[in-house]
Amino acid sequence: MLELLALHYNYLAVVVLMMTGLYVVIANGNLVKKVIGLNIFQTSVFILYISFGKRLGGTAPILSPDFELYSNPLPHVLILTAIVVGVATTALALALVIRIHRGYGTLEEDEIERIEAEEQGGAG
Amino acid sequence: MVRLRNLFAVVMLFGIYSLLSAALFVALDAVDVAFTEAAVGAGISTILMLATLALTNARERSVTRRRALALAICTVTGLVLVSAMVDLPVFGALEAPAHAHVVPRYLLDSYREIGVPNVVTSVLASYRGYDTLGEVTVIFTAGLGVLCVLGAGREPPADDREDG
Amino acid sequence: MEHHLVLRVAAKLLIPPILLFALYVQFHGDFGPGGGFQAGVIFGAGCILYGVVFGVDNLQRVVPAGVVRVLSAAGVLLYAGVGVWSLLSGGNYLDYGVLAADRVHGQHLGIMLVELGVGTTVSAVMIGLFYGFTSLRP
Repeated sequence: MLELLALHYNYLAVVVLMMTGLYVVIANGNLVKKVIGLNIFQTSVFILYISFGKRLGGTAPILSPDFELYSNPLPHVLILTAIVVGVATTALALALVIRIHRGYGTLEEDEIERIEAEEQGGAG
Repeated sequence: MVRLRNLFAVVMLFGIYSLLSAALFVALDAVDVAFTEAAVGAGISTILMLATLALTNARERSVTRRRALALAICTVTGLVLVSAMVDLPVFGALEAPAHAHVVPRYLLDSYREIGVPNVVTSVLASYRGYDTLGEVTVIFTAGLGVLCVLGAGREPPADDREDG
Repeated sequence: MEHHLVLRVAAKLLIPPILLFALYVQFHGDFGPGGGFQAGVIFGAGCILYGVVFGVDNLQRVVPAGVVRVLSAAGVLLYAGVGVWSLLSGGNYLDYGVLAADRVHGQHLGIMLVELGVGTTVSAVMIGLFYGFTSLRP
C-alpha cells in the first residue's frame, strides 16, 4: 500500500489540495474566502492534468533535433486556456461579490441569510 | 490560509501559492502553462482580489461554523479519491493511456504538417482551433459580464442617476 | 502612490521590458514557449502595473476604456474572421492550409493571425477587468 502511494505521490498532492479548497468553500462563511477556495480547487485540477502529461526523462514539447522524448503537449493546451478562462470567471465572481456587498453591506453568508429572512418576514 | 482572519494576508498568500505552482509547472515541463500561471495568478488575479477587498471590508467577521461537518465531508471524499488514484498510471510513466491516440501524431507529424516547432502552439491554434475559439469567446463574455455587473460601461460616475 | 519613490522608479524601469517581452512572446510563440494567451496576460499585467503605480487616469490616457472594449471584441472577430476567410478560400472552417499557395505556409499565416486575435482579446479583457474594478468608489 505504501509503495503504491509512493508511486502515485502526484495524485496524493492533488487530493490534498483539492480537499483544502473544498474545506474552505464549505467551512468559511466569507464570500471572498469562498472564491479563493474555489481557486485552490481549480489549481489542484490544473496540477492533476499537467502531471498526467509528464513523462520522466522528457522535455518541454518544443521540437528540436537534440531531443527525442517530449512530455505530452495536449494537457498543456487544455490547461493553458483554462487558466485564462479561470481568471476571467474569477473576476466575474468577484464582481458579484462586490454587488452583494453593495446590496447587503456584508460579505458573511449567515448575515446575508439573516437579512433575507428579515426582509421576507417584513414583506409577508 | 484557512484560519487567517485578515483577508489581505490571505490574498497575499494566494499570490505566493500561484507563483509556486508556476514553478511546479516548469518542473513538469509545461513551460507555456507556467508563463500564464505566473502572469495570471501572481499578477492579475491578486490585483483583482485586492481591488475587491478595497471596495468591501478586508476582515472576516464570522467564526467558521460547520467545521466538523466540513472536515468529515473532506476526509471521506479524500479517502474515496485516494482509493481511486491507485488505479491511475504511475507518475511519469512513458506509456500511459494519456500519451496514446492523437498525441504521437502531434509529436511526430506536426512539424511536417504545420511547420511550427512549439507543439503547444500548433495544437492550440490549428488542431484544436474550434476549442480555442470557444475559449476566447468565453473570456470575452466573462469580461462583458463583469462590465455589466459592475455597471462600468456607463461613462463617468459624476452623477448617480440610474439610466436603466 | 505618489510618495512611493522606489516603487515608481522600479516600475518605470520594468514596464517597457514587460511590454516588449509580451510582444516577443506573442510573435516568437511559434518557435519557443509562448503564444497569444501568454502574451495577452503579460501585456495586460504590464498595463495594470502602470495603472496601479501611476494611477488609473494616466492609464486611461494611454489606453482609453472605449478602445479596450472595441479591442476585446476585435480579437474574437479576427479569430472568427480567419475561419470565414478559410471557408471562402475553399477549405473547412479554421483550416489554415488553404490560406496560402503552400499548406505549411498557410498554417503559419493562420496561426499568426489567430494568435494575434487571442492576444488582443485577452489583453484587452484583462485591462477592461481592471477598469471595471477601479471605476467603483468604496
